[in-house]
Amino acid sequence: MSDFTDMTLATARAGLAAKKFSAVELTQAHVTAIEQNRGLNAFITETPEKALQMAKASDERLARGEGGVLEGLPIAIKDLFCTKDILTTAASHILDGFKPPYESTITQKLWDAGANCLGKLNLDEFAMGSSNVTSHYGPVINPWTKAGENRQLVPGGSSGGSAASVAARLALAATGTDTGGSIRQPAGFCGIVGLKPTYGRCSRWGVVAFASSLDQAGPMTRTVEDAAIMLGVMAGHDPKDSTSAPMAVPDFKAALTGDIRGLRVGIPKEYRVDGMPAEIEALWQQGIDWLKQAGATPVEISLPMTKHALPTYYIIAPAEASANLSRYDGVRFGLRVPGASLDEMYENTRAAGFGAEVKRRVLIGAYVLSAGYYDAYYLKAQRLRTLIAQDFEQAFQTCDVILTPTAPSAAFAIGEKMDDPLAMYLNDVFTVPVNLAGLPGMSIPAGLSADGLPLGLQIIGRAFDEETMIRVAGVLETAAGFTAKPGRA
Amino acid sequence: MFSSDVPMREETLIDGRTGKWEIIIGLEVHAQVTTLSKLFSGAATAFGAEPNTQVSPVDAGFPGMLPVINEIAVEKAVKTGLGLNAVINQVSVFDRKNYFYADLPSGYQISQYTQPIVGKGRMVLDMADGSTREVGVTRLHLEQDAGKSLHDQHKTLTFVDLNRAGVPLMEIVSEPDMRTAEEAGAYLKKLRSILRYLGTCDGNMEEGSMRCDCNVSVRRPGEPLGTRNEIKNVNSIRFVMQAIEIEARRQIEILEDGGTIKQETRLFDPNRGETRAMRSKEEAHDYRYFPDPDLLPLVLDPAMIERVKASMPELPDAKKARFIADFKLSPYDAGVLVAEQSTAHFFEQVAKGRDAKLAANWVTGDLFGALNKLGLGIEASPISADALGGLIDLIADNTISGKIAKDVFAAMLETGKSAGDIVESQGLRQVTDTGAIEKSIDEILAAHTDEVSEYRSGKDKLFGFFVGQVMKATAGKANPAMLNELLRKKLAP
Amino acid sequence: MSLDKATVARIATLARIKVPEADLEALGHELNQILHWVEQLDQVDTTGVEPMTSVAAMTLPLRADQVTDGNRADDILKNAPNGMHGFFTVPKVVE
Repeated sequence: MSDFTDMTLATARAGLAAKKFSAVELTQAHVTAIEQNRGLNAFITETPEKALQMAKASDERLARGEGGVLEGLPIAIKDLFCTKDILTTAASHILDGFKPPYESTITQKLWDAGANCLGKLNLDEFAMGSSNVTSHYGPVINPWTKAGENRQLVPGGSSGGSAASVAARLALAATGTDTGGSIRQPAGFCGIVGLKPTYGRCSRWGVVAFASSLDQAGPMTRTVEDAAIMLGVMAGHDPKDSTSAPMAVPDFKAALTGDIRGLRVGIPKEYRVDGMPAEIEALWQQGIDWLKQAGATPVEISLPMTKHALPTYYIIAPAEASANLSRYDGVRFGLRVPGASLDEMYENTRAAGFGAEVKRRVLIGAYVLSAGYYDAYYLKAQRLRTLIAQDFEQAFQTCDVILTPTAPSAAFAIGEKMDDPLAMYLNDVFTVPVNLAGLPGMSIPAGLSADGLPLGLQIIGRAFDEETMIRVAGVLETAAGFTAKPGRA
Repeated sequence: MFSSDVPMREETLIDGRTGKWEIIIGLEVHAQVTTLSKLFSGAATAFGAEPNTQVSPVDAGFPGMLPVINEIAVEKAVKTGLGLNAVINQVSVFDRKNYFYADLPSGYQISQYTQPIVGKGRMVLDMADGSTREVGVTRLHLEQDAGKSLHDQHKTLTFVDLNRAGVPLMEIVSEPDMRTAEEAGAYLKKLRSILRYLGTCDGNMEEGSMRCDCNVSVRRPGEPLGTRNEIKNVNSIRFVMQAIEIEARRQIEILEDGGTIKQETRLFDPNRGETRAMRSKEEAHDYRYFPDPDLLPLVLDPAMIERVKASMPELPDAKKARFIADFKLSPYDAGVLVAEQSTAHFFEQVAKGRDAKLAANWVTGDLFGALNKLGLGIEASPISADALGGLIDLIADNTISGKIAKDVFAAMLETGKSAGDIVESQGLRQVTDTGAIEKSIDEILAAHTDEVSEYRSGKDKLFGFFVGQVMKATAGKANPAMLNELLRKKLAP
Repeated sequence: MSLDKATVARIATLARIKVPEADLEALGHELNQILHWVEQLDQVDTTGVEPMTSVAAMTLPLRADQVTDGNRADDILKNAPNGMHGFFTVPKVVE
């Protein structure tokens, strides 16, 4: 029944508890949907047998009156999370054949909570990108199309497969990771909810590292409530991750009180960028009005360092990535291209194994860290990062959350913006500052463009205050009443 | 590149063909910290395991793996810093040192660059002539060890074992204050001794738990510093001393021939007695150090530092000074006894309530000699400290002579019995009864009247003959001092 | 800062990525574009600003010194492209 694929985590879980259907039925419906929608190329590895096996075990637990928070719910995993004995590729040729002998902390938590694994989702190679066109396994197709057109659009990135699969009803939810916007921006482009928690809220152990001081995992779902439920399972201190925050996990679902009276919503004037499409500006204003109607007070704030955030990010992230990706060398796992010497083997393997965008970033990273340039680039960027974080600290003295558009445009066509890496980087202009400051941010679908494509609004919260952010998101979600569905689903 | 304020000493200079040269020596020691698990993972560190059996996915640089620091490695680094009279830096930072090699799985080593855990310190070297020299320590930092590459197992392949990858190392850098190979040897000896006293490293150079990189340059006295070469991974103190001399000579020869010294990294080949430039390190590395974003700054708890301070044992220098003051030992004897903590402990037990000089002689002479022959350390000595003390007691109260004591000692080694038991069972008690000795003397003199006449007419050397005869007659048990006195009296005309 | 072909080649060697001679110029051009763009940061006055050491406002957590891992050579070697006799193997290195 396609009713199954239209459920949410919350409604499906309630249905299972009330014995209205079985986990096997629920999961089978999704397995079928995946088979029928391979044209979207959302999955790198489908795991239908495993999913059904897990569903059967879930049914047994449910029959005994047991069952975790996500018991029997079919979800899919961005192929950046190491899943034990299941091919994990980071969408890169260099990880051909890699089956990790360990499970990431986050996916283990999800399985422990009873979720069923539908498979591994496509992404930009090593999470580097905002369009999912850099994957070795080919681009993901956005299930949305412009009105009256059939051109294939990007789902956004890097969690393109995650966003597309949730939007296309191939999974009830998916995991994503966000380093510069990779959960929020594709969520915006695909009309779903994407939540990046505070840095340190979720464990990075077992997540293929891109930029260690920026990476965070988070839920991608169709409702704010679902995001809250899933975050509750994913979050928590992990002693195996030295950057994991020793903070208790609050009941995020309980934050959805619907009451935001007296809350101050910051509107950063620097986010009104040149050339921003009028309809995005209008949607932003609409968002402000919705919140006002709900009793919140909009407050103009200033984040003067905003325009420096992208270049700061594009020094720090590649620098960290250049070191994080040194381990992909053909020695212990993945692709090996032979060479006459050790160095030749390294050079051949990495040249063949990495795509163009990854190579660019690794080289930029090596350069900005190299002798003579460290101070001018890396150290400078880290000072700017301090200033960017201070901007937010300052702003949060006069507001409780910040509201911005998620992206400066709706989804664009596959093939656009390919000539100029910089044009691609600008997709993240609204999301990147949040990663630099380590704050939580989430995108919710707020409206449609004139072309019928989803547009998202971003809410940014104080560090470790996902609850207030979720509460505001819930109110916006109710006000926006976004029920549109993509054509390709 | 580094400056050294140590004033020139004429006696350290060596002769080249065209004049005198000064050798500037700095040592970098990599000391494996004695811990159960690795610096950033929970894999074991024990030596000699089957390949790749002491490897965590973290050590193997697998995707998504993250480091978590070992608290004992941190404490032992602090303890070592305190033992080197060094500054403990409350805040230190771990950096990634980036380079590619088969035994470095992540493609970077986690080390400390600009902010190490320990800063400047110093050490006192004990020289062979009894003098001491102070040498500065620049810093100590924590870092990961690399795995092992085996190049000789296969014709075309190098085999890689990652058991050692991630083992905690303390890199201890000296100031370039040393001027002779002898000083370098003394530095390593003392450092090793301190590390063993503290229990922070076992100092076992053969097993590789302590390795030394030697930085050597030469200059004519008074001139600026020359270009240094680094000789890597020398694994014995003897080789370090050899390598330094050979390298210094090599550089002097080049310079005297009008050449210049290329900055190179070298290996010491003890079989050929030469240093050789390493091919893979010919170009200067750009390590692109930056703070490791998987690790936050290390902030030491002041309470921990205090606790470590309070747990410090008496170190060799202090113990040596105490042995000299309390036991009135010579600096040389004291130095020998404190080199190993277990030896010093053994000695103190023996010396308690006894003649310290006698105890020192027996420990460093006969006992050391026996242990060397048996290939045993003092912890495994077949003769315990109490047993040795028992032997010394029998000398002190004149039960046996020093000479007989040596035989008793040998018997103690063989049988494991106490000195007292052996003396009794073999009837070795010294004869101190003057009557008995006199009787023996009378008998001997009566039996050798010719020799007596010869002695009395001037052949003094015959005294030894008579002593020997009396000793033979008494089975060596006559008290030598008494024998001498009585014999002289009786031989007097 | 503009990268010339020689610098691009040097960085490619540092990063152990083979870049064919014919591609050096185009790659240099792409990298220069990005570098010139990020160089706008030079305009910002950052005197007296400390570089960020960590977004997480915490210090390094310590782990007890116990053996909790290892003894799984099979897992460690199972993805190796050319494992042999319990070792990883690479083309022979001459030192």
